[in-house]
Amino acid sequence: MARSAMRGTALGQSPDPRVAVSMTVNGERVEREVSPRMLLSDFIRHELGLTGTHVGCEHGVCGCCTVIIDGKAGRSCLAFAVQADGADIRTIESVAGRDGTLHPVQQAFRECHGLQCGYCTPGFVMSILDYLEDNPDPDLSEEAIREVLSGNLCRCTGYKNIVAAFRRSAELMRGSQ
Amino acid sequence: MSTRQFGEAIERNADPALLRGEGSFIDDIDLPGAFHAAFARSSVARAKIRSVDVSAAEALDGVLKVYTCDNIGALDAPLPLLIPAPDLTHPRTQRPLARDDVFYVGQCIAMVVAVDRYVAEDAVRLIDIDYVPLPVEMDLEKAVEDDAPRIHADVPNNVAGRFCVETGDTDAAFAEAEHITRIKIRLERSTAAPLECRAIAARWEAVTGELTVWDGTQATLSVRGGLASLFRIDEDKVRVIAPNVGGGFGQKIMMFHPDEVLVPLASMELGRPVKYIEDRVENFIGASQERTQIHTLEIAAMKDGRVIGLKDDFLHDTGAFIPYGIAVAHVSSTSIAGPYRIPNFRVTFRPVYLPMVQVTPYRGCGRPHACYAIERAMDQLASELDLDRFEVRRRNFIGKDEFPYPREGLIFADGLQVIYDSGAYEETLNRLSEAIDVEGFRAEQAAARDQGRYLGLGFGFYVEGTGLGPYEGGYIKIHPITGKVYVNTGLTDQGQGHETVFAQIAAEQTGARVEDVIVVEGDTGAFEWGVATFASRAAVCSGNAIHKAAVKARAQIVEAAANMMECSKEDIDLRDGAAWVKGTDRRAALAEIATATNPLRYAFNEPSKSATQFAPASRHDGPQLAEGRTPGVEATDYYSPPHATWAFGAHAAVIEVDPELCTIVVKRYLCIHDCGRMINPTIVDGQVMGGIAQGVGGAFYERCEFDEEGIPLNANFMDFLMPYATEVPDAEIMHSETPSPLNPLGVKGVGEAGTIPVAQVYASAVEDALQPFGIAPIREAPLTPDAIHRMLKQASAA
Repeated sequence: MARSAMRGTALGQSPDPRVAVSMTVNGERVEREVSPRMLLSDFIRHELGLTGTHVGCEHGVCGCCTVIIDGKAGRSCLAFAVQADGADIRTIESVAGRDGTLHPVQQAFRECHGLQCGYCTPGFVMSILDYLEDNPDPDLSEEAIREVLSGNLCRCTGYKNIVAAFRRSAELMRGSQ
Repeated sequence: MSTRQFGEAIERNADPALLRGEGSFIDDIDLPGAFHAAFARSSVARAKIRSVDVSAAEALDGVLKVYTCDNIGALDAPLPLLIPAPDLTHPRTQRPLARDDVFYVGQCIAMVVAVDRYVAEDAVRLIDIDYVPLPVEMDLEKAVEDDAPRIHADVPNNVAGRFCVETGDTDAAFAEAEHITRIKIRLERSTAAPLECRAIAARWEAVTGELTVWDGTQATLSVRGGLASLFRIDEDKVRVIAPNVGGGFGQKIMMFHPDEVLVPLASMELGRPVKYIEDRVENFIGASQERTQIHTLEIAAMKDGRVIGLKDDFLHDTGAFIPYGIAVAHVSSTSIAGPYRIPNFRVTFRPVYLPMVQVTPYRGCGRPHACYAIERAMDQLASELDLDRFEVRRRNFIGKDEFPYPREGLIFADGLQVIYDSGAYEETLNRLSEAIDVEGFRAEQAAARDQGRYLGLGFGFYVEGTGLGPYEGGYIKIHPITGKVYVNTGLTDQGQGHETVFAQIAAEQTGARVEDVIVVEGDTGAFEWGVATFASRAAVCSGNAIHKAAVKARAQIVEAAANMMECSKEDIDLRDGAAWVKGTDRRAALAEIATATNPLRYAFNEPSKSATQFAPASRHDGPQLAEGRTPGVEATDYYSPPHATWAFGAHAAVIEVDPELCTIVVKRYLCIHDCGRMINPTIVDGQVMGGIAQGVGGAFYERCEFDEEGIPLNANFMDFLMPYATEVPDAEIMHSETPSPLNPLGVKGVGEAGTIPVAQVYASAVEDALQPFGIAPIREAPLTPDAIHRMLKQASAA
C-alpha cells in the first residue's frame, strides 16, 4: 500500500472567501477572518477551540450546541458565524469559576447524576442557566420543568435525573444569591 | 472492611470535566494539520453502478484525494464477517467502498479528503454516479418468497441461513397439551441514535511506523486487531483510543463501518492526520440499525395455565449485510422462554437480506423482541383460559429454589449453555402488583370509564443474559509518589460510569479514596488484553477482574504495612488512603507503602528518602529487591465467566388513552430491577432509567421508515421521533438484589435491562385501556397514534 505519497504537502487552505467577524465570547473580544458559510458552532469549536459546545444534529433539534447569544439561549448550529458579528456569546466554558469550581447548575447535575456520556450536558446546562437567570423563582412542578427541558435531547439518562438537577439548580441558585 | 465503597451512591469521578465542557470527544481533539473526510453515498437502494466520475471533485481547490474502490488497494474486499456461525450458509459483508453494486441508501461509494469538511462536502456533490436501479422488496415476509427480487444474486430467498435451536421434546409437549395459543407479533426497525454520532481520527507517524486511531468505538482492542490485520502492521504499532464517547448503545460495537478502515488508509497515504465526523443524517443512513423481527409463536399449555411447550418461527431483518453474524437473532431465539420454566421449545429463524443498512446489536440485542413475543403470548393465554394475567405468570415462573436452571442443549450468544444462575421472579412480580395496587387500579379504571376516560394497566416481566465472556482483565498499581491507585481494563465507556464503579471496586480492597483511583480504559496503549463493551458485561467481566487484581494488591499492601509498622498482618486495617494498625493512630499512607516496596536510588520527597539505598529502613544483606519479588504494589488478574448471569425484572404502567386523539398519557410507571449486588445504586438507577427511555422510544415513537423503493423517509431528528423529557415518564425504580453465585462480586449486568419490556408494557396497558372498544389484541411495536387509530377503526367496523 502506498504510504505518505504526499509527504511534505503544504498546509491546505479552503478556497472560500474570508469575512472578518468580531464578537465577545465569554467576556473576551475575538476577531477572526472566516468563510461566510462557517457555522457558529464550528466557529466556537474549531476557530476558538471552545469544544465544550457539542454538535449533535446540525439541524436545530437536539440542543447539544446551545449557547447563550445576547442573553438568550440559542442553537449555534443554526447560525453562521458572520450572523453573530458583534454578538455577546456565552459558552459552557464560562460557567464554572476560574478555579474550576462548579456553578450551581453544574453542581446540581453532578449531585443528581444528571449526566451519563456528557455529550448533551453542556446544552442542557446552558438552557437551564439561561432559564433560571431569567426566572429565579421558577414553577418547579414536574410538568413545568419537563416543558422547559423539552428543547434538548438526551439519549442516556431518561431525563428523570435532569428534572431533579433542574430542581436542585433552582434551589442552589436561590441559596447562592 | 471499615469504610464501604462498594454499594455506595458515590458521585462520579468523570463528571466535573464533562460539566465544565472539558470532555475530550473525538472532534474535540485538536490534530494540527488534519484533513477531513466526507463520503459520497448511494442515493438508491439497490442498483448496478454504471459509472462513478470523480474528476470534477478531484479538480476542486482544497481537495487532497478522492478514493473509490479502484484506489484503495487491498482494502477493496468484503469487510470481515465478525462472528461466523455454522448454519450461516450465505454470509455477505460490504466492501469499504461499493464496487459495481449498491445495496442500500447510504452505502459509501467514494471518500473525499479535503482541507476541511465544507470543501469535502462540496466535492462529494461534484461526484457523478450513474446507477441502473434494480427492483427491491422492502416487506420482510415477501422478501423470502421465491419470486422476490434478490438483494444478492446468489442468495436464494434472501435468506442468510436457516437456524433451529431446541431444548427438551417440543413435539411431545404439543401432543400432550390441552390448549394451544397462537400469536404473531412484529417489531419495527429503529436506531440507537447516540447523541454523539460515530467519529474517527487517525494519525500515521511515518518516522516510527505507528498508527494512532481515535475511534468512538465500544471495542478498541478488537478494532486494533482488525486494523493490524487489514493493514499488515504489527499490533504493537497500532494504538486505538476511545476517548469520551457520547453514547454507544450497541451501534458502536459494530466494526468496521467503512470509515474505520478508510480514514487510517488516508492518513497513511497523505501523511497527515485525517478526521471523519459522521453527521446526523449519515448516522441514520450509514450506521447500524436494529429491531425488525416477525415472530409466529405457539405455546402449548395445560388448562391450569402451565406452559409445557413453545414453538417460535421468526424472520429477522438483517439489512443488506450480516457482518455481526446472527448475534441479535440468536439472542432472541435463546431468550424466548423468558422467566418461565417452559421445558420444551423449538425456535426456527431466518435472517433475511433487505436493502437497508446492516442490522447489528442495539441496546437489548434481540431481547426486547423475545420479551415482546413471550409476554404478548402469556397475556393472550391468560385471556383465552380466563385466568388473571399475573396468575398465569406465577404458575410458570422458575421458582426461587429451582436455580441453577439449565436449558439443556441451548447454547447462548457466548457459545456456552443457557443456565439461569439465580432469581426471585414470583417475589418480584408480587411486589410489583402490590406497588401498583391492582385492586385499587381496577376501581379507578371503572370510575374513569364512567366518565368516558380510558385507563389501562400493563406490565411485563423479563430476563436478561448478561456478562458474556470470553473474558476481561484488570490491572492495578499504586503510584509510588502520589499514592494514587491506577486501574486499567481493556473495554470502553460510553457514559456508563465505569470510571466510578471500577474505582469503587478497587477502593473497597485497597482502602484508597474513590476519587484517588484513576481508571483508564478504552486505550490499547494502556491495557492490551480483553474484548469490548457489549451485552451488559462491563461490571461483570471487568468488574470482577479488577476485584481479583485488587485482592492481590491488598495482600501486598497489608504485608508491606505490617513490615513497616512491625505488627501482624491481622492487625492492619485499610481505609482513607492508608494502612492503620487497628485500634491505634499509627498509619502508613498508601504512597509510603508503595514507595517502601520500591527500592530507590534517588529521593524526591520525604517518603522516598526512606526507600533509598543508605536509609536505615532499607538495609539489606542481599539484593534490595529480593529474588522473586516485584517492585511496588501491582497486580493483574482476569475474569472469565463460566456462562452468562441472568438479571431480571418487571415493569408496570398505568396509561390513559384518548380515543379521539389516539394519544397516551403515562400516569405511572414502575420498575423493579434485579442485577444482583449493586456496586453503585445511583448509577444502576441511571442505567435502568436510560434504558426505559429508549424502550419508550421503541414502544411508541421511534421507527425508521422507508418507502417502497427503499428510500429512508425520516432520517433526521425532525421526523424520527426521539422522546424529549415531555414523552418519557418519571419512572419509580425499585430494586431487589439476588446475588449471582457465578462471580466473586455477585453482580449481574444492568446496561440493557431497562429497554427490554417497555414495548410489552405499553401494548398491554393500551390493550387494557381500550378493552371497552373491543379492539383486536396489539401485536406490533412501536404502537404510534396511527396504529391506535387504525385499531379503533377496525373495532368499530367489526
